[in-house]
Amino acid sequence: MSYDWLIQLAQTALVLALAPLLSGVTRKIRARLLRRQGPSVLQPYRDLLKLIRKETVIAENASWLFRAAPYLILATTWVAAALVPTFATGLSSLDAAADIIVIVALLGTARFLLALAGLDVGTSFGGIGASREMLFASLAEPAMLMAVFTLSLFAGSTQLSSISAYMLGPGYSVNISLALALVALIIVSIGENARIPVDNPATHLELTMVHEAMILEYSGRHLAVIEAAAAVKLLLYLSLIACVFTPWGTAVAGAGALAYAIGLIAWAIKLAALAFLLVVFETAIAKMRVFRVPEFLGIALMLGLLATILLFVAKVSR
Amino acid sequence: MSPLDSDIAHLLAGSMVLLSFLLLYQDRMFALLNVFALHACALACSVAWQAYLQRAPHLFITALIALLFKGVIIPVALRRIVVRLGIHRSLDTVVSIGPTMLFGIALVGLSIVVMLPVTQSESEFVREDLAFALSVVLLGFLMMVTRRNAVSQVIGFMSLENGLVLAASGARGMPLVVEISVAFSVLIAFIVVGIFLFRIRERFDTVDLRALDLSRGETP
Repeated sequence: MSYDWLIQLAQTALVLALAPLLSGVTRKIRARLLRRQGPSVLQPYRDLLKLIRKETVIAENASWLFRAAPYLILATTWVAAALVPTFATGLSSLDAAADIIVIVALLGTARFLLALAGLDVGTSFGGIGASREMLFASLAEPAMLMAVFTLSLFAGSTQLSSISAYMLGPGYSVNISLALALVALIIVSIGENARIPVDNPATHLELTMVHEAMILEYSGRHLAVIEAAAAVKLLLYLSLIACVFTPWGTAVAGAGALAYAIGLIAWAIKLAALAFLLVVFETAIAKMRVFRVPEFLGIALMLGLLATILLFVAKVSR
Repeated sequence: MSPLDSDIAHLLAGSMVLLSFLLLYQDRMFALLNVFALHACALACSVAWQAYLQRAPHLFITALIALLFKGVIIPVALRRIVVRLGIHRSLDTVVSIGPTMLFGIALVGLSIVVMLPVTQSESEFVREDLAFALSVVLLGFLMMVTRRNAVSQVIGFMSLENGLVLAASGARGMPLVVEISVAFSVLIAFIVVGIFLFRIRERFDTVDLRALDLSRGETP
């Protein structure tokens, strides 16, 4: 019993520790695809350290919310990420809570806090970023929920560990609803992580920015915490897709140390592969106009709905 | 019949519904033509799979006709028409894409609600196929209603016909003669429509069908 607790703790710590590495790897792959040398994969750690050491400048009219928001955002995102099975599933400690709807709700809380913080100082950039974020969220969240709904209709449960186990066992089949849910989830994760067709994570200078506009007033350790939360969020989405759609190699609870080691390696390979695919997609596509983004996310919502409907047909007619 | 067989049938028929939605979503002419070609290829695969499952060799001919006519000849011919007329930029929609999509989802829901209870005594293939085929047909209608451009209306019509063939392949006992004649009538309809396109263009300098309403004296 205590053993499982240890694994769960390790998983929780690992998620936070590896998140900057993941964003470093994506930046490195992107640079290499653009035929640049690119910074080291450890650069995000150095950036975070630098930001933590720097002085924190806070606007005069900022309220307590502005100071508290970064920590709350990191906390909620981190808890959500800890709920996603990474290298091992079915850990008893958080299993009952590892509900995919809880994860969506936690991410929604983080988004709410971020939008409030963007509005708090009262600059026009923060306001425009917050309003756009909310516009996109109003489509991305239902899309995510529809994809989740499809998966849980398949597995008969909204718990991630049982969905993962179901997919590992009898559930993996050639099914169009699964494919649609996967595509919807990918579109939502691209939108939520402010990746390229929706938003550009690498610039502060574009008029169409969304995520960066909300955090424009942050500096020093607050900025470091927010950047860490963004990295954790990317890791969360990639792990979520990996654990549901490629469940192979994941260790089950109570397995030996060898199974955990295999699970760890499998997880690393899956994340690297997903990061590579994400970056290839990003370099192949141009950024959209802001007013095209709702259409893009609307596609995810439509795919999620369609997946549920097709699944319904398959279930009823059999 | 193994679960994998029915899964693949479900996959192919479902992908046709998905491609119908993609047709509704497209707002570029060449992409629309490509998606239409894909739609016909999905139809051909679906019919071929039905032929294999039902051990009905004549369905293979239907699949081949779908692949040749609607997967290759008609898209290529439409592309040439579009290039000749120089209309590859304009795709006007009556209703914007978001509401159209929602309406499309509602139509899919409607066809399922209608088809599943009606076909209760049939086998699962027939039920699924008919539900999906009806939604493809309705989505084709929706596309014809929501587009102003004549070429995209033609594509809506053709995708509607794809839905009919899908329904026919699911229902056993449809004679080959009927299918071949349907395929040829579609081809002839395509030729007629092609001639009309040029005539409309000649007379009104546009393929926007609002011009026809104006000429009839109706106010749009």
